[in-house]
Amino acid sequence: MADDATLDPAVHRGLYRTMSLIKQCDDRFRTMLSSGQIFIVYYSPRGQEAISAGVGAHLRPDDSVVTTYRGLHDHLAKGVDLRGLWAEFLGKSTGLCKGKGGPMHITSPSDGLMVTTGIVGAGLPIANGFAMAAQLDGSDAVTVVNFGDGASNIGAFHEAVNLAAIWKLPVVFVCHNNLYAEHTAFEAGTAGGSVAGRASAYGIAGQRVDGNDPVEVYLAAQEAVRRARAGEGPTIVECMTYRFHGHVVGDAMEYQPPDERAAAMAADPVDRYRARLVTDATLTEAELADIDSTIAAEIDDAVEFAQSSPAPDLSELYTDVYAEGVAP
Amino acid sequence: MTATETTRVMMVREAINDALDRALASDDKVVLLGEDIADPGGGVYGITKGLSTKYGLDRVRPTPISEQAIVGAAIGAAVAGYRPVAEIMIMDFFGVCLDQVANHAAKLRYMSGGQTTVPLTIRCSAGAAMSLGAQHSQMLEAWLVHTPGLKVCIPSNSADAKGMLTTCIFDDDPCVFVEQVMGYFNGSECPEGEHRVPIGEAAIRREGDAITLVSYGRQMNDVLTAADQLAADGIDAEVIDLRWLQPLDTATILASVRKTGRLAILHEAVKRGGVGAEIAAVVAEEAFDSLRAPVVRIAGKNTPVPYARELEAAFLPTVGDLVAAARALVS
Ligand SMILES: Cc1ncc(C[n+]2csc(CCOP(=O)(O)OP(=O)(O)O)c2C)c(N)n1
Ligand SMILES: [Mg+2]
Repeated sequence: MADDATLDPAVHRGLYRTMSLIKQCDDRFRTMLSSGQIFIVYYSPRGQEAISAGVGAHLRPDDSVVTTYRGLHDHLAKGVDLRGLWAEFLGKSTGLCKGKGGPMHITSPSDGLMVTTGIVGAGLPIANGFAMAAQLDGSDAVTVVNFGDGASNIGAFHEAVNLAAIWKLPVVFVCHNNLYAEHTAFEAGTAGGSVAGRASAYGIAGQRVDGNDPVEVYLAAQEAVRRARAGEGPTIVECMTYRFHGHVVGDAMEYQPPDERAAAMAADPVDRYRARLVTDATLTEAELADIDSTIAAEIDDAVEFAQSSPAPDLSELYTDVYAEGVAP
Repeated sequence: MTATETTRVMMVREAINDALDRALASDDKVVLLGEDIADPGGGVYGITKGLSTKYGLDRVRPTPISEQAIVGAAIGAAVAGYRPVAEIMIMDFFGVCLDQVANHAAKLRYMSGGQTTVPLTIRCSAGAAMSLGAQHSQMLEAWLVHTPGLKVCIPSNSADAKGMLTTCIFDDDPCVFVEQVMGYFNGSECPEGEHRVPIGEAAIRREGDAITLVSYGRQMNDVLTAADQLAADGIDAEVIDLRWLQPLDTATILASVRKTGRLAILHEAVKRGGVGAEIAAVVAEEAFDSLRAPVVRIAGKNTPVPYARELEAAFLPTVGDLVAAARALVS
């Protein structure tokens, strides 16, 4: 476990706030799903909160983030508008993407949330492009691309890491290693036993960290982001974690040993961090409760906004296929 | 046409180089990426020769053999405000990066509700006739036309090559610009200065009222030869060079068919599911009453492209095929 005392209390507050926001949003989606209030296909990031919080803490609005279908935690950590996010998940006209992208394609360029893709591994090559643009601009902006353990076995991963290495691109490859790719266990599908270990094949930095500890992730991301901003090239940060709710909500999870999941949930990263902050007297119980309840109210507002928003006008089917002037 | 006064004879390959040179000179946001595109070679066909020397390796970037990484990097840079021109050495290699092209370049604008756009151009060489066999000879434009969000074009001459490529580079959507290798060395008059061809505008290369002949790319020369032969028989063909396959200039096609009542389409790509099928369907839907004969497609055979010269020639559509078909339609 990382030494919490090395960080400013304001950093802890920020990390906890992000983690609580992710947890509470996720809880709300799943509650609404199981009670039949909404009907969406939902890939829960519950259990992986510490990764997005720890990485996101280092990012500026002009830094770019690319993520996947299991991306809610990354969206929230990048600061996208909660109302617009909820409305997009519910397919409403007021959504970030006017209801045309959905959860798998959340985009919010003003926050630097540039691409969310449903194609495993496809974000890595595109992230290089944002990093190349920053490099050409002479800016110190960085790009973070999030992906799963399974994605490290697709060709796009290797093409992208190689290109980022030879061009010394300011990109951080953040692997959320939740030990499963759909129904396939990490070891069953991944040779070599480590994603971070693959960095050495490309001559770049790679580090495996406890992805359930926000402070460890924060410290690893700090170095990776520093390296990228300084023009010293890319890093693979592999964050070891566990997904609490299967591949997709409704997954029977027969391929997962029940004990393994129970143990992971008993060591809930959000609860553990919260308890630690109180024990270490970093934040008081009252302060934490205040953070939690403020977020709960923000989510109430966002849910209400999304639910009361109209569906997209049917004319939207035909817009945004091409830039101005060309009919689809 | 937005041509300046002066023109000179250029080969298609020179016209493409000229368009890239001018785009790089006029806009810092234009960058080139692709395998082996840097000097001294300037690409396997020498199309980008001189450009890395003139503009530097930051802007004319040779890449490893990583088509997904090339197109992906070009997409990201495009969303970030650049106007990348990515080269896929040979069109057949779209097979290894089609996800980036079809799921990302084509759809990011739509999926983001118009918040992002992808001003990307992908150039590729393409086509048969050099005995390169089944994996280095294909015309795959139908794959691309079937994907909403992409623009697709194939020039038939130097002026269009220069003007259409320039239009693609400065267009805000992802465009695929297809260069038939067998057309690279064809020379024709080309504007020397800034030149653009409007998106989605076909060109009527010859007017006539007996039959409409539609084609695109290097086969336009064959179609014009066929039209000359038909004229000798007293058959006045109208010849349309599509130039853009998406957006498709259906108005020009329909107006011509309404005048002539007959339509023959010729393309190098395999017949089944090809662009010709789309055109035939549009005409059947919109101008059925004007047709005085069935629509005919002359195209690549429904086979892989073979190696042996004799077989490859048998795969390709010919002037003779078109002339015979046109005569049969008119008689
Ligand atoms: C190219 C591609 N192949 C297959 C799929 C189907 N699929 C969706 S998620 C997934 C598992 C990916 O696992 P991982 O990368 O570990 O991410 P996680 O879901 O665990 O976050 C698969 C196979 C896909 N979306 N894209
Ligand atoms: Mg996984």
